[in-house]
Order: sequence, then structure tokens, then C-alpha cells
Amino acid sequence: MIKRSFFGLAKPRLEYKTLPDKLPEPEEISCSEDVTLLLSTFPEQTDRTLSVKEGDKIKTGQKMSFTNNDDAYVISSVTGTISSISPFTGDFGASYSAVSINVSDNEEIDEQFEKYTKTQSPNAADTARDFLACVPGNLPVNLLIDPEKPINTIVISGCDNDLLVYTNQYIIKTAIDSIKSGIDILKDITGADNILIVLPRGFKHEFGDIDARVSTIDTGYPAASPHLIMRNILSRIVPAGQSFEDLGVCFMTAEAVASVGRAFTSGKIPVKKTITVINKNENVKLAVAEIGTPVRDILSKLGITLNEKDRIVLGGPMTGTAVYSDEHPIMPDTGAIMIQDSENIPHISDYPCINCGDCIRICPARIQISMLVRLLEAGQYEEAADYYDLYSCIECGLCSLVCVSRIPIFQYIKLAKYELGRMSIAEAIDE
Amino acid sequence: MSNQKIFIVSHAPFWHDGSSITERSYHIMIAALPAVLFGIFQYGLPAVAVVSFSVSCAIFWELAMNFVTKRSLTIGDGNAALIGLLFAMLVPATLPWWAVLTGTFVAVIIGKQIFGGIGSNAFNPVVLTIAILMVSWKDLFDFDEALLNYDLEFTMLYPIAALKHFGTASIESFAAGDLLLGKQTGGIGSTFGLGLIIGGIYLIIRGFIRWEICLTFLIGVFATALIFNLYDSSRFAGPVFHILTGYTLIGAFFLATEDSSSPVNFIPMLIFGAGAGALTVLIRNIGAHVDGVIYAILVMNLLNPVLDKIRPKAIGKVG
Repeated sequence: MIKRSFFGLAKPRLEYKTLPDKLPEPEEISCSEDVTLLLSTFPEQTDRTLSVKEGDKIKTGQKMSFTNNDDAYVISSVTGTISSISPFTGDFGASYSAVSINVSDNEEIDEQFEKYTKTQSPNAADTARDFLACVPGNLPVNLLIDPEKPINTIVISGCDNDLLVYTNQYIIKTAIDSIKSGIDILKDITGADNILIVLPRGFKHEFGDIDARVSTIDTGYPAASPHLIMRNILSRIVPAGQSFEDLGVCFMTAEAVASVGRAFTSGKIPVKKTITVINKNENVKLAVAEIGTPVRDILSKLGITLNEKDRIVLGGPMTGTAVYSDEHPIMPDTGAIMIQDSENIPHISDYPCINCGDCIRICPARIQISMLVRLLEAGQYEEAADYYDLYSCIECGLCSLVCVSRIPIFQYIKLAKYELGRMSIAEAIDE
Repeated sequence: MSNQKIFIVSHAPFWHDGSSITERSYHIMIAALPAVLFGIFQYGLPAVAVVSFSVSCAIFWELAMNFVTKRSLTIGDGNAALIGLLFAMLVPATLPWWAVLTGTFVAVIIGKQIFGGIGSNAFNPVVLTIAILMVSWKDLFDFDEALLNYDLEFTMLYPIAALKHFGTASIESFAAGDLLLGKQTGGIGSTFGLGLIIGGIYLIIRGFIRWEICLTFLIGVFATALIFNLYDSSRFAGPVFHILTGYTLIGAFFLATEDSSSPVNFIPMLIFGAGAGALTVLIRNIGAHVDGVIYAILVMNLLNPVLDKIRPKAIGKVG
């Protein structure tokens, strides 16, 4: 944990670290006995039926979707038998159908994707839409093919946004060929001619000939945040309330690009996710496991023991998500798993803001957090958005990190955005 | 699920830099110690009595208010103790016990708790208290009268009162070096300039107070006093005298910097500090009161919410 320095006058500075030249060998996690895949659903949608049912046999790479909704699907990462299908609720009301698969010993690859790419004249955009929405690295397929918001710039992030997470740096180092072919395919899909790879300063690379511009970012957190990359490298600022797609920019992880490249060159949908595992003493290891592997299996393979009242975080220390079960599966966007010992968990308080201003001085988005948090505590979300720049927040978590009163500011901000989002959906339905 | 382990789930971030209100309060108290100890050394047991009674009373009032309002106990955060200590630093060593009891009541209950507790007070509780006590019992703050029975080895005249009543000729005996080393009468913890400066610098370096406010407060006092002094040096004292006497130094480092009642943005902090400094000298030189620090800070406290509207534009702000 990063402590306040003795000289508190200087702002605390959290640094991204670059991977050492001698690469750590990632731990291959052998396939688990049970794998759970999460297929995201709308909570309102009650009459959903899956294209598969309990007891069905599933091949690796097989697509599972709803019969009445073609858009959402999940790709099986293993071969086996479906043992159960149950509803699952994630963070901020995100709702899923959890498909548990009992893995069998012999792996069979589903041929649909290979057929699709080999026999028909392959249309990259359709292929990506139909098969690559849940590849490791979480490819934002819907953004790429949205006809209303054409993408002209693709930013490939080779530096994970969160601290202590090295997944994408590792991918850049080891899978540059896949990334190169992935870039060609992405250009084909979007027609974007401006491809940018973002790396942390001091990162040594030997890309050779690559069809993209390479930029480096400052190593101070949160320089890898998309909003700051946008401002510092592309010299553009996203107006509050708008998205990157509105400006024709799409951010994606290096891992997603590598997955696209691999999928098209090998004819198989990639299912193995690279994960940074942050141990209790903040030792970092890399691991490779199938999407859907329970956290528990990865930890036991790496020899990390969990005790009562520890904390499991999917993602890094600043922006990750704590989960309540060690059976939680690895998802396509899970860059890291962090384990925190119960003794190291800082407590959060319900103290009021004392107006010390530490949050305001550290906020990279220059938000008046001391005022914002007062409105958020009172549940006045619309006023917060109107007068105190709620939507300018880039969600780095620094305000909560330095809060003297230990207010969960970041949680208040996320909650406010979530509630306002629900309100606008409800209003849209009314109209 | 009975064999499931229980894990702690909360929202990101999962780290904290370890700062806390308790730490903040106690460090401010530590920074105040040199000045307090000097006051105790100078005024002896009566000063010990006032300081300890004031701190305990402040904690008691906070505790009582916690029970009355049925809220969780907040005395652990050290803020009440800090209020008690700062109050004691501003008063003469001979302050009667009932004034300490009343003063801490005003500070903790009226100055802080009725606004909603820590962080919600519009005025610095200690400064508000001194203002109320000064209005209610004027004689209590007549330092010359209060410290009549003391004869220390320096001029037993409250410097800025002497200036007010007898003009610049009366302050010629005060050398700047002596004033800095505390050879002047005044509040228990507000005369030892060097100790206050050391404490203030410690707090600035540790980041517990905002340097912008302290520095501009001192600059405000210095510049305004200099202008008056240049205009008519026979009527108005020089800037160094104003900085080293009265409540100026304790005001700059310990009173104006109170978190809740001071601004947090850069430019507002500069205006706040400079405004309080300038007002201090204005009140001292052409106002009715002997010392201007108290009222200057109160006025600026009042302006604080307006000042803090001057703020940088957030990223992506529309309009």
C-alpha cells in the first residue's frame, strides 16, 4: 500500500512500473474441472431462453446465446457438459446468466468459426461481431461496427490503467506479431487510418515495421486513463457527458488486438486470458488461464492461500471490483486478480468532509470534490452533475485514496452515475 | 455454502494513503507545543491550569453533545482537544475558570457542533469564541490588566495595546528579536514567535495546513503595514512589529488555516490569506479594536464560500 509520505506538502505520486527486460514466465493454469461463463442480460428481460440447456455437450469455441436476442452471446472456453444455468448479479446491478460447464478431458474445437472464416468470403466486421465479442481483452465490438459513430482513431493501450497490472505490457512484449495482424484486421473493420499504440515511458520495445504510431505516456498514475491519453496525446478533450466514440476514437487493450490477430491467423477463437496476480505482499505474477476459470483455482495453483476476511479484487488496487466468492470466474476484461490480507484492508468511515482539499489538489480532472461529495452524500445527483462536474470524473480513485475523512468518494461518484443512468433510462421508457 | 469463506467486499480503491483526522489533529497539537510550553515556562502553574482545563472542558463538551444528539463518539478524532488547546493559547494565563468553561462551550457547541460537527462549521470555532468573549467580557482580554501581577524580565505592556493607546513612541522599547523570542506579554501560546513559526513550518512541510494561506496572510499583514508605515511612520508601526505582535503568527499558522472555514482552491486561498492579513492591519491601525486578527479571520470565513467559487474548469466541462 502506498502511504502518505512524511513530506505531505508534495502530492503523493503513484508510478506505473515497466516490466523488467527479463520477462517473468507466466504460470499456465491447467484447465479447471468446472468453468463458469457469464452471459450478460438485461435485468428487465425475464422471458429469456438460452440456446443451450443443462446437460448439453459444449465444444471449445461454441457460441451460446439467447434464442430471442441475437446480439448477446458467450463463447465457450472449454469442452464439457453444462451442469447448471443460473442468474447472477454483478456490480451495480449488472445481470448475467451464469453457465457452468463441467469440463471433460478431451478437448474438441467447434468448427463454426473456422468454417466461417475459411469458406465464405470473410467479412471481417461480421466475423468480429458474430464471434469475437468475448475474446480475452474484451474487444469493444459494438463500438467498432456502429454505423452511426464511425471510428477513425484506434488507441491500443499497452499500459494497464491500474497500478501493479502488467497484463498488456506483457502482451505487447510477447505477442507483437498477433497485434500487427490484429491492427490490419481492425483497419479493415473500421476503416480507421489512425492507429496509436500507447506505452509507458521507459518501455523498451522492438516492434520493427508496424503500421501504427507509438506514443509514450508519463509514468504517474493515472496517465494511462483513456481521458488523459485523449488529452495529453491526441490533444482532444471529451466534453462531459459524451463518449470517446462520439469523437470517433475507440480505446482497446493490446490483449484484445492480439486476440483478434490470433483468431484470424489461427482460425480458432482465443479463450486463454493473461492475468496479473497481485499477492498479499504486492508480489506480482503472471498467469494464463481459460476465461471462466474460478479465481480459487488460479490462486491455489500459484500457492496463494485465502483466509477469512481477506479481500479478492478483480482488477487493480485503484479501480478493481471486489468479489464476494472465490468461485468468481475470470472474465474477458479481468486484467488482474488482487488479494489483500485482512490486516491490510483500510477502513472506510462515515465521517463528514472536513474540507482539507487534498482531493481537489490530486484530482486529475480538476473537480471540486469537496463540494461534489456533499451533494452526493445527500443524494442530490442531478445537482452534482449540473453544478459540480460529476460527469467530468475520469474514475481514477485518487480522491478516495487521499481522503483524510476516509469517505468512499469514488463509490459515491459511481453510485451517482449509476443512479442517473437508471433515471435517464426510465425517462426514455416513459417517453 | 457453509464451507465458504467470508471475504470483505467494498468499493475501489482498495488502498488508502493512511491519513486520518486524528493524525491531523494531533500533529497540529504537536506543532503548537513549542509555543504552549514556552507560555507555561513563562507564566507557570496558572498557565498549566488554563491549558489543561481548557483541553478537558472542550473534550467534555464534545462528549456531552455526542450524548445529547445521540451520535457516535467523536472525541477520538482529537478535534475537540485541538480546539481546547488553541483556545488556551489565545487567552491570558490568569483567565478565570468560568471563562474557560464558557469559552470552550461556545467553541465546541456554538462554534462547531450546532453547525453539524467537524467540517460543517462556517467559522473557525476558536476565533468565533474569542470574538464572543471579547465582546461579552472585554476586561478578560485586557492583557495588561490580566497579567498585572507578573513581572518578567521585559516590558510588561501588551505591545499592540500600547501602540493603540500611546502611539509609536511607546513601542520603541520592543526590539524585533525580543518579540520573536517571546519577550512580550500576551496569550499563553501566542507570544513565542519563533516557536509558532517552527510549528507552522512543520505543519506546512507535513501538508497538514495549506502554505498558501499562511504565506499570503503574512504578506498581507506585511504589505498593508508597510503602506501605512510609509505613509506616516509617526502614527503607524512598521510591518515587522505587526507580524511579531498580537495574534498575527498564531493566526497565520493555526487559526486562518482551519480546514472547514478556509478555501481549498489556489487563487481563493491567496485572496483569503491576503484579505485576512490586510484586514488585520486595517483594524489595528484605523479600527476600534486593539487586535484585528480575530475579526479579520471571521470576515474572511464569511467570504470563504463565495471565494471558493473561483475554481479551475474541470476537464471536459461544457459551458
